[in-house]
Amino acid sequence: MKKITGLKRKDLLGIEELGKEEISLILDTAKSFKEVSVRPIKKVPALRGKTVVNLFYEPSTRTRISFELAAKRLSADVINISTSASSVVKGESLVDTAKNIQAMAVDAVVIRHSAEGSAHLLSKELKASVVNAGDGSHEHPTQALLDMFTIREHKKNIEGLNVVIIGDILHSRVARSNIWGLTKMGAKVKLVGPPTLIPPFVKSLKVEVFYRPEDALSDADVAMCLRIQRERQTSNFFPSIHEYVKVFNLTMERLKLARKDCLVMHPGPINRGIEISSEVADGTQSVILEQVTNGIATRMAVLYLLLAQKSKVEWGTRRRRV
Amino acid sequence: MILIKNGKVVNPGGKEGNLHLLIKDNKIVKMERDIREKGARVIDANGKIVAPGLIDLHAHLREPGREDEETISQTCMAAARGGFTSICCMANTNPPIDNQGTVKFIKDKAILSGCAINIFPVGAISKGRKGEELAEIAELKEAGVVGLSDDGNCVLNALLMRRAFEYTKMFDLPLISHCEDKNLSKNGVMNEGYFSTVLGLPGIPDEAEEVMVYRDISLARMTEGKLHITHTSTRGSVELIRQAKRKKVKISADVTPHHLILTDEAVKSFDTNTKMNPPLRSREDIKALKDGLSDGTIDVIATDHAPHSREEKEDDFKSAPFGIVGLETGLALILTEIVDKGIITLKSAISKLSTNPAKILGLNKGILKKGGDADIIIIDPDIKWTITTDDFAGPCKNSPFIGREVKGRAIMTIVAGKIVFLHNPGF
Repeated sequence: MKKITGLKRKDLLGIEELGKEEISLILDTAKSFKEVSVRPIKKVPALRGKTVVNLFYEPSTRTRISFELAAKRLSADVINISTSASSVVKGESLVDTAKNIQAMAVDAVVIRHSAEGSAHLLSKELKASVVNAGDGSHEHPTQALLDMFTIREHKKNIEGLNVVIIGDILHSRVARSNIWGLTKMGAKVKLVGPPTLIPPFVKSLKVEVFYRPEDALSDADVAMCLRIQRERQTSNFFPSIHEYVKVFNLTMERLKLARKDCLVMHPGPINRGIEISSEVADGTQSVILEQVTNGIATRMAVLYLLLAQKSKVEWGTRRRRV
Repeated sequence: MILIKNGKVVNPGGKEGNLHLLIKDNKIVKMERDIREKGARVIDANGKIVAPGLIDLHAHLREPGREDEETISQTCMAAARGGFTSICCMANTNPPIDNQGTVKFIKDKAILSGCAINIFPVGAISKGRKGEELAEIAELKEAGVVGLSDDGNCVLNALLMRRAFEYTKMFDLPLISHCEDKNLSKNGVMNEGYFSTVLGLPGIPDEAEEVMVYRDISLARMTEGKLHITHTSTRGSVELIRQAKRKKVKISADVTPHHLILTDEAVKSFDTNTKMNPPLRSREDIKALKDGLSDGTIDVIATDHAPHSREEKEDDFKSAPFGIVGLETGLALILTEIVDKGIITLKSAISKLSTNPAKILGLNKGILKKGGDADIIIIDPDIKWTITTDDFAGPCKNSPFIGREVKGRAIMTIVAGKIVFLHNPGF
């Protein structure tokens, strides 16, 4: 694999468009940033003078705080905008909100929105870098990056691993981003869920599909559970939460079918006793909280690679003009 | 008087070749090898095609209700630019065309608009297009509707649809069916397939259309009613229509230019101008639709012209409305992508854009003949142009074809003996 030293892109919109080298670069960069968070003074000056706006149209605690801390630990200034406290509720369109933010000369907009393509829409309108923090059911690239980072910390290499993703694949941006990322990095991805929640065309993404956890978990190196949303039941994707738990809950008994050192992951927030049992979530194989820790380092890497490198280019042109 | 000389007349079912046409008032009075007429305005159509004016079997007016998007006058101008001398407007205006008053309003407005295209309203099947009770069909017929459709909505109640088929038999009105099982397509915004899977957008499966195509074929066969399937978009639908024709069901069908040209891959850009209903489908579907065009399974090409404001289309993909403008670009797209590529001949294209819709709707149009209506277009088949926002007559520019290069266009449109559109560089 060819090594690269920078991301030649303005935005991070999805894992689909990233090359293997770019993913490796982000993960390598994250590794060096992880150490910052354990220092007594958790700050480096890499993005001093840069402004990052977190534009969150959906409730989120973990991801927003993670992006905020990532930016702050790089010395950027951070503004948080969430639905309840902004012109968003006054009916201003997404593009207009973004243009107003741009008019205040910010360097990056981190966006979370329920509409697929919202980050793409912004990226076309803005000179600022756009980081997709989850667009509907489409992609959640930084989640997949932090998941891959966590897997790499434990397993050295992603290539050749068996990764099982269990749950609502149809509506999951986490699943989509992870499918792209993990398959690009050479892992074997197995999807498990009720057939109603696995889109039939997903097989063209080089994954295997199973309907029973028992059929997929043998020789698994990673078991990743997805959050099941209760409203899916009312749309008849499955008959009851009770039945979902019975068939899909990752219990200790099911986990025993996997390799002994199988990692247990979950993007959070977890529904204890529904998609994952407490025993498994809190068990020795669980790396769920490490994922949260690694989220900061990964997002630091993304912001750094998009913003610090861009400023070098801008600085260069400005100097020439003088 | 207008004398069109030296053009090549393409006229399915009528006299063809190098003919001169003499127009007096609103009629064609002579159609012969050589006409000399003093005092007539002579139009030299040397190197050009002379054809019957096009008839769009499926277009949407925005007046009454959304005059900000397009007035009747602007829709007429859009039609004239695209070579359409007649359009059939669907019933989803506001108020809907489920009463005589709205029919009369539309007809009057068309006459008063400076560009008098023929507008043939299509009445609603059900009151308010709600799929609950039949609209007053005899009244609608008397007011002048040429077909019935709840387009945009599908009549989900099979019993109501049966009654509609039965009741319309006494008027010889076709039911123009927008085939979509709305339970099956619920929340869907694009074709269900690889691209909806990757984009995470809710899909509309082929089957949402096909189960209704099958239902309507069954009901048409049972009642001996007259069925027209509009905006056919899937391979399965084409096959069902082909079988139904073999079994002598009274059925006809149309396809839009966009369903013949674009696939759901276009949605990858999240461009809301690629959002329409039925959605853009797959390559296999396009192939089947083209086969259906060439073997006669699909009788008509219709635009499904549907202007939407910039503000509404600038929303995110899930929230933006379905539909694209099509009158101005339909002919050029068909000439470029279908005729030039050898899928069907120019003559066959004219029959699908004019002669066949006239037959299906019982209009005495779609053919050039002595004594016939002077609805005529002159086509320059060689003119190359790029579609831009300036080509659209109304304020809405919601076309996925902006920036596309095409070849051929109507350079003159004549309705009832009056020149309503003239493309300057062409003459």
